[in-house]
Amino acid sequence: MKPLRMLAAGLAALVLSGAQAALAADTNIAVAANFTEAAKEIAAAFKEKTGEAAILSFGSTGQLYTQISQGAPFEIFLAADDARPVKAVKEGYGVEGTEFTYAIGKIVLWSTDAGLIAGEETLKAGDFDKLAIANPQTAPYGAAAVEAMKAIGVYAALEPKIVQGNNIAQTFQFVQTGNAELGFVALSQIAGKSEGSRWEVPADLYTPIRQDAVLLKKGEESSGAKAFLDFLRGPEAGAIIEKYGYGTAAGS
Amino acid sequence: MPVPVLSSETVSAIRLTVELAAITTAILLFIGTPIAWWLARSRAWWKEAVATVVALPLVLPPTVLGFYLLVALGPSGPGGALAGLWGGRTLAFTFEGLVIGSVIYSMPFVVQPIRNAFEAMGERPMEVAATLRASPARAFWSVALPLARPGFLTGAVLGFAHTVGEFGVVLMIGGNIPGETKVLSVAIYDYVETLRWGEANLLAAGMAAFAFIVILTMTIVEKRVARSGD
Repeated sequence: MKPLRMLAAGLAALVLSGAQAALAADTNIAVAANFTEAAKEIAAAFKEKTGEAAILSFGSTGQLYTQISQGAPFEIFLAADDARPVKAVKEGYGVEGTEFTYAIGKIVLWSTDAGLIAGEETLKAGDFDKLAIANPQTAPYGAAAVEAMKAIGVYAALEPKIVQGNNIAQTFQFVQTGNAELGFVALSQIAGKSEGSRWEVPADLYTPIRQDAVLLKKGEESSGAKAFLDFLRGPEAGAIIEKYGYGTAAGS
Repeated sequence: MPVPVLSSETVSAIRLTVELAAITTAILLFIGTPIAWWLARSRAWWKEAVATVVALPLVLPPTVLGFYLLVALGPSGPGGALAGLWGGRTLAFTFEGLVIGSVIYSMPFVVQPIRNAFEAMGERPMEVAATLRASPARAFWSVALPLARPGFLTGAVLGFAHTVGEFGVVLMIGGNIPGETKVLSVAIYDYVETLRWGEANLLAAGMAAFAFIVILTMTIVEKRVARSGD
């Protein structure tokens, strides 16, 4: 019994000290799902430059916001809209004056079927079974898709064909697996793909998706969090962001 | 907090959930009974392997089922082929797809109690029925089924309740379509994520009360049955 207990105590101490070390160095960041790939690359570049690690958690903006409001241990929030970071500051979860637009998102109608999408006409013809969008109530990319369909005047006709992904990542998965023939996804998700067919939705059909970052109260004292935000503003991150098909406040 | 009223969205989610659970339970009683009977009576050496497969959803994360179902129901899986019979291209995002998922997901909760009831009955009643020249089918209907009634009751109630409580699988294969795949658990999730906590509270409290009543009623009924059997 005794050696076992010592072993257990030793293990517990080891785990705890490890956790302590992680708490000291790593920055936890809540990232809107559309920014997944770009954020991973930025975090890798950040680590290479500063030696500090950023731990990324992905979800829909609404989902992440709910978690932040309930005390999730995030130090930075990279939202997919500019409303929730403002709301975070207003409700006391974010640090005032730290919000800025890190990327401007674009939506694209996409299908794995190379012959399916010709443009706006494809939506007007409605010759498909299922159209995937992100949940418009929690995901700004879903709201932009609805806005664009309304602008073209096809929303009412297409509504029965819409399936909703819980966030833009699930929406992409619905289209990628072929369960939905086409869907509105983030341009960043297919930036590196050449297959299938696509229609980049003209920017005048929906309100620009300004994606804002904000420093959260939990990261107010953290040098790692501040360093990450500075890095996100910088030219290296900017190049990565543009590579994934986003606009930047500086670039556009 | 303002007093929340049931929106049409909520009402449709409740109706859909009850429909899904009722249809799933009916199908499970229909296909679960022969499986349970076979598991209880067979002497095949591999029957416990079958029983294990049936029990897998008890321990598998719903994401495993959801992932396999998504692929299987899709255009390149058997589900897509099945949907092709009536001109569809996938069973994902459909009520039928949810029924298939729920049947697999809730099967252990129906099969296990029925199997237990058949086993508790022993060989004797069927033998007696045979000496009275009842055909095996007749003996099954008029002897085995009535004797195993408590097992059927437990299985039906658990299967229904467990389907009502299903979440992960539906989230992965449902596509959140109101009136088609947006069941109660998903509606609650949506309300929580969009900070509509009044509605979330109402539904969540309703679910908790439902679960409480189901488990309490079953315990009481089981006790009564056990006593009357003495």
